[in-house]
Amino acid sequence: MNGKGVYMDYQATTPVDPRVLDAMLPHLREVYGNAASRTHGFGWEAEAAVDQGREQVARLIGAKSKEIIFLSGATEADNLAIRGVVEFYKDKGHHVITQTTEHKAVLDTCRALEREGKAEVTYLAVDEQGRVDPDDVRKAITDKTVLISIMYANNEIGTVQPIGAIGEIAREKGVFFHSDAVQGAGKLPLDVEQQHLDLVSLSAHKMYGPKGVGALYVRSKGPRVRLTPMIYGGGHERGMRSGTLNVPGIVGFGKACELSREGMADESQRTLALRERMREALFDQLDEVYLNGHPVHRLPGNLNVSFAFVEGESLLMGLNGSVRPIAAAASQPPIAVSSGSACTSATLEPSYVLKALGVGDDLAHTSIRFGLGRFTTEEEVDYVVERAVTEVRRLRELSPLYEMVKEGIDLKTVAWQRD
Amino acid sequence: MAYSDKVLDHYSNPRNVGSFDKSDPSVGTGVVGAPECGDVMKLQLKISDDGVVEDARFKTFGCGSAIASSSYVTELVKGKTVDEVLEIKNTNIVQELSLPPVKIHCSVLAEDGIKAALQDWKSKRQPAETPPADEVRPAARQG
Repeated sequence: MNGKGVYMDYQATTPVDPRVLDAMLPHLREVYGNAASRTHGFGWEAEAAVDQGREQVARLIGAKSKEIIFLSGATEADNLAIRGVVEFYKDKGHHVITQTTEHKAVLDTCRALEREGKAEVTYLAVDEQGRVDPDDVRKAITDKTVLISIMYANNEIGTVQPIGAIGEIAREKGVFFHSDAVQGAGKLPLDVEQQHLDLVSLSAHKMYGPKGVGALYVRSKGPRVRLTPMIYGGGHERGMRSGTLNVPGIVGFGKACELSREGMADESQRTLALRERMREALFDQLDEVYLNGHPVHRLPGNLNVSFAFVEGESLLMGLNGSVRPIAAAASQPPIAVSSGSACTSATLEPSYVLKALGVGDDLAHTSIRFGLGRFTTEEEVDYVVERAVTEVRRLRELSPLYEMVKEGIDLKTVAWQRD
Repeated sequence: MAYSDKVLDHYSNPRNVGSFDKSDPSVGTGVVGAPECGDVMKLQLKISDDGVVEDARFKTFGCGSAIASSSYVTELVKGKTVDEVLEIKNTNIVQELSLPPVKIHCSVLAEDGIKAALQDWKSKRQPAETPPADEVRPAARQG
């Protein structure tokens, strides 16, 4: 816990690991050369640092270092992977397969390509725990399919997709397979050979690296993937992404990948144990709590639950320090979590991910995502459970829905007065 | 989102939380909103025979602004006559709580809630004298 309270929003972003920062600092101070400057030592030094970072990133996913394209983040990586393939292979086909709980960086790129008349996209449905059926992927493939894009793990509900099985199908059918692995990479094993991946999006800031740097893995052979670039210029990154390289960011990203790879087994186990401690405590102490997502095929650090009859934003307000009772700040540090409630979204719509799972809007409005990670402690977990239980109970005392349910009224039979 | 101090105060210390007996003839109950829309308010008014609001209660499922709007409106109605209550507008709530534009619907719901409670009370009082209007809910007609 620090002055700003308890951070439990690790799927939004992660703090920079101090070891990552230590690796980066020289590259923000004395090493300032342009990695593309071939004519002097300043450039050679920067280039060597980038080479090392590239090697570290590649190693995390079983790739070759020349297959790593550095760019600004995973949103750009998703855009480049999908648009780049669709545009490059337009003579081969224009059909893309994805699924409904992908990140907006994938979904909105697909929609843009549809609007532009460049692609036809199939959005596969998921089951009620958020998984796509590999058989559905197989059935959706046509002779015009050029790309399958299925994420590794979902950012909201943590559900892990069967990418190995999908990769096999893609390879057998000769269709490229892209995965947005932002949430899964560094937390769960990922190997581009074993899982037959052709394109993989990665982001440094989701794995204890700095913001503003990400990577796209682009398979170089068996099969080779080619992309039409989106950004033109000096021909950096094998012509696929021009622009002077973010050397400190790449150094930090590389270090973050190395740390995640080395500590993955222990860290996953530790995070999973904390998450299960939290889940069990919440479910023991409260009735009418529902887990969103898959109980097993799930990111170790993700717990997404609906506290029925308590609106998500009102619960956040009780936890996040908006309310500052006198002298409570020290004894009750604020808690950072997020919600799938409409009131917390820019669009005023409840989470499209929960909707895709068939979670009703009533429960979507009551969902809270607890994101745990490397620096989460048992003490923090216990504190958050205690506060959440107290607030949920208090707000249920205020909730007409909870009262009605306790009186035995079936809320589905009530004739609600809608706006 | 930054909340006004008054929203925070009502959220932390909501006034008049609870329920009256719905079957009490002096009590009018209004339930507005829907769970899938993310807010439901139950507002109850206890009204004397001469038409003065003696007491009020609420329960609300919704965001902090919805809780604050309903809490504030229960304070606002107390001691007012039925006619005065009818004059309360959602804008009174918006101003008092400094609600931002995205939260104006919370104040509208609170206004709808007290009007629905009044309607319920009226229909309970004069079941024989005035034939039930079309907008009166079936539950009220039975009472």
